[in-house]
Amino acid sequence: MSEDNKYLAEVKDLKQHFKISSGFFGHQTLKAVDGVSFDIKKGETLGLVGESGCGKTTVGRSLLRLYTPTSGEVRFEGELVTGKNITPLRKKMQMVFQDPYSSLDPRMTVEDIIGEPLDVHKLYSAKSERRDKILSIMELVGLNAEHATRYVHEFSGGQRQRIGIARALAVNPSFIVCDEPVSALDVSIQAQVINMFEELREKLGVAYLFIAHDLLVVHHISDRIAVMYLGKIVEIADADELNESPIHPYTLSLLSAVPIPDPIKAKENQRIVLEGDVPSPLNMPTGCPFRTRCQYASEKCAAECPSLTDRGNGHRVACWNK
Amino acid sequence: MDINKNKIEEKVRHNEENLVLQVKNLHTSFFTDKGEVKSVNGVSFNLQKGKILGVVGESGSGKSVTAYSIMQILADTGRVVEGEILYKGKNLLDYSKKEMQGFRGKCCSIIFQDPMTSLNPVFTIGHQLMEAITLHTDKNKEEAKKRAIELLKLVGINEPEKRLKQYPFEHSGGMRQRVMIAMALASEPDILIADEPTTALDVTIQAQILELLQDLQKKMGMAIILVTHDLGVIASMCDEIIVMYGGRVCERGTAEDIFYRPCHEYTKGLLRSIPNVDNMGQKLVPIAGNPINLLNMPKGCAFCSRCDNALKICIDEVPYEMEMPDGHYASCWLNVMRQLEKEGKLAVNE
Repeated sequence: MSEDNKYLAEVKDLKQHFKISSGFFGHQTLKAVDGVSFDIKKGETLGLVGESGCGKTTVGRSLLRLYTPTSGEVRFEGELVTGKNITPLRKKMQMVFQDPYSSLDPRMTVEDIIGEPLDVHKLYSAKSERRDKILSIMELVGLNAEHATRYVHEFSGGQRQRIGIARALAVNPSFIVCDEPVSALDVSIQAQVINMFEELREKLGVAYLFIAHDLLVVHHISDRIAVMYLGKIVEIADADELNESPIHPYTLSLLSAVPIPDPIKAKENQRIVLEGDVPSPLNMPTGCPFRTRCQYASEKCAAECPSLTDRGNGHRVACWNK
Repeated sequence: MDINKNKIEEKVRHNEENLVLQVKNLHTSFFTDKGEVKSVNGVSFNLQKGKILGVVGESGSGKSVTAYSIMQILADTGRVVEGEILYKGKNLLDYSKKEMQGFRGKCCSIIFQDPMTSLNPVFTIGHQLMEAITLHTDKNKEEAKKRAIELLKLVGINEPEKRLKQYPFEHSGGMRQRVMIAMALASEPDILIADEPTTALDVTIQAQILELLQDLQKKMGMAIILVTHDLGVIASMCDEIIVMYGGRVCERGTAEDIFYRPCHEYTKGLLRSIPNVDNMGQKLVPIAGNPINLLNMPKGCAFCSRCDNALKICIDEVPYEMEMPDGHYASCWLNVMRQLEKEGKLAVNE
């Protein structure tokens, strides 16, 4: 038990398949997440990057059991997460959504939005305690007390995201899944929200699963980064290590494709432009999912899917050739 | 001295010959139920032949409205209130409806942000491409088809003959954006406006499209106006950049000027606030406050409520554009004050 407690969240061989109807009677299986394993330590930030449709959001949602996983297991503080014990566990793990416009109820005041998790988990004994709790959380995320009685439409995108974060923090969780929390915000506001995430981590010691597609943002906030491609993790390593010495060909091209905000460096940067598009997850290639776009692809790649192997210092890569 | 003067004059003449588009003091407003929304408040810039001009700013800074004003495809409530848009010396705002139709597509075309919604879902790719070709040239159907195949090849689409018969839903986002680009290039325009062409795409697909735009620009020599909020995209693509905030141009200059010698507080703030390779371990320095409300524009500088170094004059008066050396312009009172201080002329005690 004590060994289990080393990790806050552990995900083992998580699979999340969706049934899609095709034609009148037919069903197809969409393998959104296909065998993902990782773990998150206390107070650690794991960044999860990948292109749209690679299953990163699904991983986050399955972790919180917003979906029932097809197979595999998720453990939180050593305890197996199942449908039965999820309500008490949700007190410890929360989520911040991408779109601050659609993830907040327009008919509720800010006070009610932040207070709802308190109501659900019965975390107060008197009305005044509820209000005190709400106000202290609002202060924590940089909202004023007078905002409490307002409705969401009165706020800008950045402030709405603060409300969303306050709602997640209301139950005092130790783990938050952040699903693209800054990608809907303007550049000048993004930095405010990123800084807030970092400050909250220092103050409260929460761990994050930080899902995003912007590699520079992920690198900035994460301790470790996992790269996903078509439902599988292809590389996972320390944030700096991954950026300085990426191994998997997909990570390499992903990193080289990031536009650098510096004209001279951008002109020197040799982009490795990948050919073609991501294959449909309904019709996955055999073996390694990346082989159709990989310049090193060999016969072995088509025959068998590589698994993550350790290349030293916890830098794990799933590739036959590299 | 004389030689220098001659050189400058020659340079000016050379620049004027190479100008394809000149926007002078453009004001565009939308007349809504809640009042006049001044989206663009006095934007001026020049577009040189064969150059890529980047327009960068946050949402609501007026960058897209500027682009739409050039094409005159504003929503019904929107109108250019003041200013001139000169294309080869002629003011576009004086063009008749018919002349404008000739201008669009033939001289200047636009690609939009969202390749998912900017193609018509009920017509094939071929139909839509050939429509663009026959509209602007006197080619017949057969020739138009040939040209369409040529264009699809040009933008790097495999099996163009097969693709012509397919519908937009059969293509991925990157492919649709390629089709949009092919359509925009159908009659080889002088100017291509790309309004956030890669915002809806993934990083690796974004890299493909940016590479394609650069290649095409080299091959066909058109000028590109690239509207985006992504400083990374701007840095790798553009020769010249204008930074917009609250419907005004804060700063304009070459890519090096903007990134290495920023002279406006907003540009400086933006550059500090983005995660970069150099500031990885450090805290980001965000720009305080929230974007401005266009319905309620401040009297003075639009950025002054969020600026750390704002002066009293910033609240009351709109700063004028001042030339920093060599075609690098910034509109900030701080620069004016610094200049006056240097010259020892600072009489007003701000």
